[in-house]
Amino acid sequence: MMTGAAAMVKCLEEQHVKTVFGYPGAAICPFYDALATGSVHHVLVRTEQNAAHAASGYARVSGEVGVCIATSGPGATNLLTGIASAYMDSIPLVVITGQVRSDLLGRDVFQEADITGAAAPFTKHSYIVKKTADIPRIFREAFYIAASGRPGPVLIDVPMDMQQRTLPDATPGEAPDIIGYKPRTQGHPLQIKKAAEALRACSRPVLCAGGGVFSAEAQGPLRAFVEKCNLPVICTMMGIGALPSAHPLNMGMLGSHGCIPANKAIRDADLVILAGARVGDRAMAAPGQVASRAKIIHIDIDPAEIGKNMPAHIPIVGDLNSVLTTLIEKVDWQAPPEWVERVTDRKKRYAAKQIPDTEGFVEPKRFMRTLSEKVRPDAVLCADVGQNQIWSANHFAIREGRFLTSGGMGTMGYSIPCAVGAKKAAVESTASGECRQVIAVCGDGSFQMSMMELGTICQEQLGVKIVVMRNTRLGMVRELQDNHYKGVHSAVYLDGSPDFTTLAAAYGIRTRRITSSEEIDGAIDEMLADDRPFLLVCEVWPDYPSL
Amino acid sequence: MKYTMSVLVENHPGVLSKVSGLFSRRGFNIDSLAVGITEDPAISRMTIVVDGDEYTVEQVEKQLNKVIPVIKVKTLQTGKTIARTLSLLKVSVTAGYRAEIMRIAELMGARIVDATRTTMTIEFSDTPERTDTLEALLRPYGIKEIVRTGVIAIEKGPDPTRTAKNY
Repeated sequence: MMTGAAAMVKCLEEQHVKTVFGYPGAAICPFYDALATGSVHHVLVRTEQNAAHAASGYARVSGEVGVCIATSGPGATNLLTGIASAYMDSIPLVVITGQVRSDLLGRDVFQEADITGAAAPFTKHSYIVKKTADIPRIFREAFYIAASGRPGPVLIDVPMDMQQRTLPDATPGEAPDIIGYKPRTQGHPLQIKKAAEALRACSRPVLCAGGGVFSAEAQGPLRAFVEKCNLPVICTMMGIGALPSAHPLNMGMLGSHGCIPANKAIRDADLVILAGARVGDRAMAAPGQVASRAKIIHIDIDPAEIGKNMPAHIPIVGDLNSVLTTLIEKVDWQAPPEWVERVTDRKKRYAAKQIPDTEGFVEPKRFMRTLSEKVRPDAVLCADVGQNQIWSANHFAIREGRFLTSGGMGTMGYSIPCAVGAKKAAVESTASGECRQVIAVCGDGSFQMSMMELGTICQEQLGVKIVVMRNTRLGMVRELQDNHYKGVHSAVYLDGSPDFTTLAAAYGIRTRRITSSEEIDGAIDEMLADDRPFLLVCEVWPDYPSL
Repeated sequence: MKYTMSVLVENHPGVLSKVSGLFSRRGFNIDSLAVGITEDPAISRMTIVVDGDEYTVEQVEKQLNKVIPVIKVKTLQTGKTIARTLSLLKVSVTAGYRAEIMRIAELMGARIVDATRTTMTIEFSDTPERTDTLEALLRPYGIKEIVRTGVIAIEKGPDPTRTAKNY
C-alpha cells in the first residue's frame, strides 16, 4: 500500500519527470512530503504564475511535458494566467493543484477555489481526483493528453484527503485508452495529393510557418520541403526560428509588427500553405482578403483551427512532421524562379527603418542584432511582451536556437520565468561541455512583473542572462497613445522604479548598465563571458518606436 | 437556421458544464439542451439545438469534438429525424370554456393531467412546431404557466446514431 501523495510522485517518476516548478501550501503538503524523498527535483519559484511560465519554458526547450504545482485557493488561482498563456501557445503542461478535503468541497472553506471551473476555458482537459485509486490512471491520461494531438495544459486538482488515503501499489500502467480522444496524426492521403497538385498548378506560392512546427518537431522536414520546392517562407511570431532567420528563403515575420518583405509576399501570393499556424489576428488582420486572392492549404493537427479564422481550400488534418514528410515524396516541383527572385530580392533590398542614435541611449535594434551574432548558434532567446518583443522578433536572428515568447496571450512578465525553465532544461540536457545559453529580454515594465524570480535564479544557480530595455515607459502603450490617443500619456510612466543594477547586486548577480551604442559589444561580451547569471540594463530612448 | 445536434458524452459529473461553458465562451447560441442517459449507462446523450449559420455549426461540431469526454457529435438532418419536446401547460379555466379547452386538447392529442376549479394542466408530447400550435390555441384562455423540456431527437430508420463501427 502507498499513499495517494506517494503515488503522485511515483507517477511523475514513471513519466521520467526530472524537474517540477511550484510553490507549496497546506492543501498540497502531503504531496510535498512525498516529493522530498523522490528523485524529482523541485524548483521553488517566487509566485505561482511563474511556476506555470517556467514549466512552459522547460517544456519548450526539453520537448517534454512541463509540470507545475500550487496549493489550493490563491495558489491555484495565481496559476491561471500561466495556464492560459500555455493554452494559447499550445504548450504541454501538467498542472497539479492541492484542493481542500473532498468532504468540504463546496462549503467555501479556507483556501477553497473551484480551480477546474475557473481554468476550464484555458485547459485542454481537467480532473478532480474523487478516488485515491484513480490517481495512477488520471496521471497517465493527463500526460498523454497534454503531449499528444495539439498540446496544451491539463489540470489535476487533488483534494488533500485523496493525497493522504492509501491505494494498492501502483502497477506499471498501460497506455491510456480514452474513448473520446483519438487525435489524428497522419494526414489524409487524398488531401495531401490535392495539395501536391495545387502546388504544381500555382505560380506564386508561399509557406507560412507557425508554432506548430515546433510542437511537431518538424523543423527538419520543413526545411527539406521548402528547399526542395524553393518555397519562400514567412513566419508568425510563434514560428520564428522554424527556418534559420538568415536562410535565403526566409522572408521574416508577417503581421502588424512584422516586416515588409513577409507581408508583401503573402499579399502577392496565389497559394499559401499554412503550416501549424492558426491565423491569429496579429499575424493576419484580414485573412478573408488573403483567401480571396490565394488558394489556401491549411495543415494543422487541430481540425477546429482549420476554417476558424480563414477559409481553407485544402484542409489537411494531421501531424505537421508526418504531413510534410509525405508531401516531400509527392512533390517533385519547384516554385517559378521569377517569383522566388521577386520575393527574395525584396528581402535583400529591404532594410529596417533606421532610427538615428540618440545621445545617452542604446539603439535597441542594433543591440539585438549584435546579441544574435555574439551568442552561440543554439542559444535560446526568451522575449517578453511589448516593444522589446518586437525588437527581438525582428532583429535577433535565430540560427539553430529558439525564440520563445508568449505569442497568443501576450503575457507580460513571461520572459524571466520562461528563461528559468528553459535554462533548467538546458542544464539537464548538457552531459558535458558548455551549457546552452538562455537570454531573457524584457522591458522595465515586464522586468518588474517578474523580478522576484532573481531569487529563484540564485537559488538554482542558473546562468540566466537578463537584458532590460529600460525606457522608463510602458513603451508599447505609450506608442499606442501617441498614435491613436492624441499623444495623451495615461499611466505609462514607470517613475519610482528602483535602480535595477543595485537590485541585481543585492542578489549577488553581476550587472552592468549601458547608455550608448558604443558599449553594446563590450557589454554583451562581458555578459556572455561565463555561465553565471547576469543582468544588463540598456537605457533606451523613451520615444523609440517598435518598428 | 436551427440545427439539432446529438452529442454522446461520457457520463461523468462536470461534463455538462464543460459543454455548456464552451457554448457561452465561444459565443454560440443554444436554443435548448436536453441530457439523459443512454442504453449504455456509462454514456449520456445531449441533444442540443443551436441557432446559427453553417459556419457556426461546423465550429460547434469541431469545438465539441475537442472536449475530451465528448465521444461523438452528429448534426441531425431535418426530415430524417424524429424530434420531440414534452410540455406541461397550466391554463386558466372559467366555467363557460372548460369544454372548449378539453376539445382543443383532444384535437391536438394532449392529455389533461390535473384539474382544479379554476385551472387545467395539460401534458403534451410532440414536435416543437405542434407544441407552438397548441400554445397559440390555448393562449386566448389565459396560460398561467408553461414548462417545456429541450428537444430530444432520434434518427429515422433502423440504424442507431452510434454503431459499433463509428464508436
